[in-house]
Amino acid sequence: MENYLEVRWHGRAQQGVVTAAKVLGEACLRSGKFVQAFPEFGPERMGAPVRAYNRISDEPIRLHCQVTDPSLVLIADPTLISTVNVTEGVPDDAIFIINTNKSPEEMRKELKVEGRKGIKVFTLDAAAISLETLGRNIPNTPLLGALAKATGFITLEALVDNFKENYSKKFSPKVVEGNVEAMNRGYNEVKG
Amino acid sequence: MAITATKGQTGLTGNSAVAYAMKQINPDVCAAYPITPSTQVVEDFSSYVADGAVTTELVTVESEHSAMSACIGAAAAGARVMTATSSQGLALMWEMLYIASGMRLPIVLCNVNRALSAPINIHCDHSDSMGARDSGWVQLYAETVQEAYDNMFMAVRIAEHQKVLLPIMTCLDGFITSHAIENISLLEDQEVRQFIGEYRPATSLLDTDHPVTMGAMTLPEVYMEFKHQQSEAMKRAKDAALEVMADFGKRFGREYGLFETYRLEDAETAIVILNSAAGTTKVAIDELRKQGKKVGLLRPRLFRPFPWREMADALKGKKAVAVLDRADSMNAFGGPVFNEVRSALYDLDNRPKMINRIYGLGGRDYKVKDAISVFDELAKIAETGKIETLVKYITL
Repeated sequence: MENYLEVRWHGRAQQGVVTAAKVLGEACLRSGKFVQAFPEFGPERMGAPVRAYNRISDEPIRLHCQVTDPSLVLIADPTLISTVNVTEGVPDDAIFIINTNKSPEEMRKELKVEGRKGIKVFTLDAAAISLETLGRNIPNTPLLGALAKATGFITLEALVDNFKENYSKKFSPKVVEGNVEAMNRGYNEVKG
Repeated sequence: MAITATKGQTGLTGNSAVAYAMKQINPDVCAAYPITPSTQVVEDFSSYVADGAVTTELVTVESEHSAMSACIGAAAAGARVMTATSSQGLALMWEMLYIASGMRLPIVLCNVNRALSAPINIHCDHSDSMGARDSGWVQLYAETVQEAYDNMFMAVRIAEHQKVLLPIMTCLDGFITSHAIENISLLEDQEVRQFIGEYRPATSLLDTDHPVTMGAMTLPEVYMEFKHQQSEAMKRAKDAALEVMADFGKRFGREYGLFETYRLEDAETAIVILNSAAGTTKVAIDELRKQGKKVGLLRPRLFRPFPWREMADALKGKKAVAVLDRADSMNAFGGPVFNEVRSALYDLDNRPKMINRIYGLGGRDYKVKDAISVFDELAKIAETGKIETLVKYITL
């Protein structure tokens, strides 16, 4: 099969996971990659479980089916773990990055992947970071920073540069700075 | 939407790419009523209007029937006109689609493919545009965001071609293409302007020095002549499309044809499939080729007019061909693409064995393994010469 990195984002509507997938796609594209970023749409209401996806590759991407076995899973809301099958289809070397104040060891148990030694679990309190940097609970940008640290396939600089360039028109300087700070803190505070 | 540039590439969703193409085309009039999943086309474009980035008269109407009616009025007055819709929106335009083509108005409509109700469903299949296949509109289909964008410019030229003068529908897959960010190379505004040229309408209702009557009552002694001319224009649209695509390829380096073939030349079996699912099928083909299996693909781009002769030529000599339809004709005899491709191959001396598989209705996922199992079935048919089931639903 072709060589892709496939990413699945789990969150609740309004937590910004669709935007996170978009921002990640844009930043990877800026780094010379071929990308896809797409959400999964269902009934739209605040708080409903939402998924979004990325495919990232060095080659043009031809697959247009859903992402079913992502090697990277980001979870914006840990309460989803008990309601949504967040480990569905993941390979034995998958990486999880979870917004929670608990430790990676605790989350490994909650995910029920203690026996799968190849799976890596990272945690960060993205909610707290977001509240402190943005004054709102939008955990997506700290998760992006954590992703840069945990996986290394995209640099923090690429994420930050892309965000500054693309969102300075849309957001006030304060919001842009807050998001950049959230990315930096996500990068520095992720555990695992 | 923000545009991110690297190596001449940007990342856009299908919808934003189409809206950006419309901005570059800068039509005189756009009348639209937004509907999922094409909403963002109209949303982005209305921002361009509000920002003064285009000089288009944006007519916000109360329904799709009115949207197409306004498009027809504006086009009859001599304007370059565009709109976008999906699914129920296209269905509500139905009556007016025939009037647009009968009046020979080169309107460009972007249809973001979505299933038709009931039951209600917002996801992709091709029931909407396939239902409009006999409405006298030229139809162009796209696999990727890049192609959806490029088709918009080619559509303008084909529709307005002096030997054609017919409305045209460009189709892309709802959500799968419309809402996915993919890499895309954008043209410069200047390049677009030079490619599409200035629109000089053949007639205009506002040109009182040369008065014309359009869409008038006709009795049996002339109605058929109108339809005959329309039919001849549709035939000519094929050569016009080839001419326009060749010019596009020459100028911008992206080659397009009436259809795309992938590893088809030496293939013994082939899948014929439209739009985004063709990409997934290509991945399956590469997998099977690694195992030494001679498999290939034909992806129709121009579906109206239907390039039957060229398609027959491309598929002749194949042992077995599966046509995959993302819509059913509900005729208990196969989907719309199947019936046309199969009919196109009738005059071949060595006709391939053919089957039809209906897949992906209402956004049902079509995976690499689905394509592989169709190829497995084709291999058996090629070997035994026997077809067990002519038409069948897959991805159930």
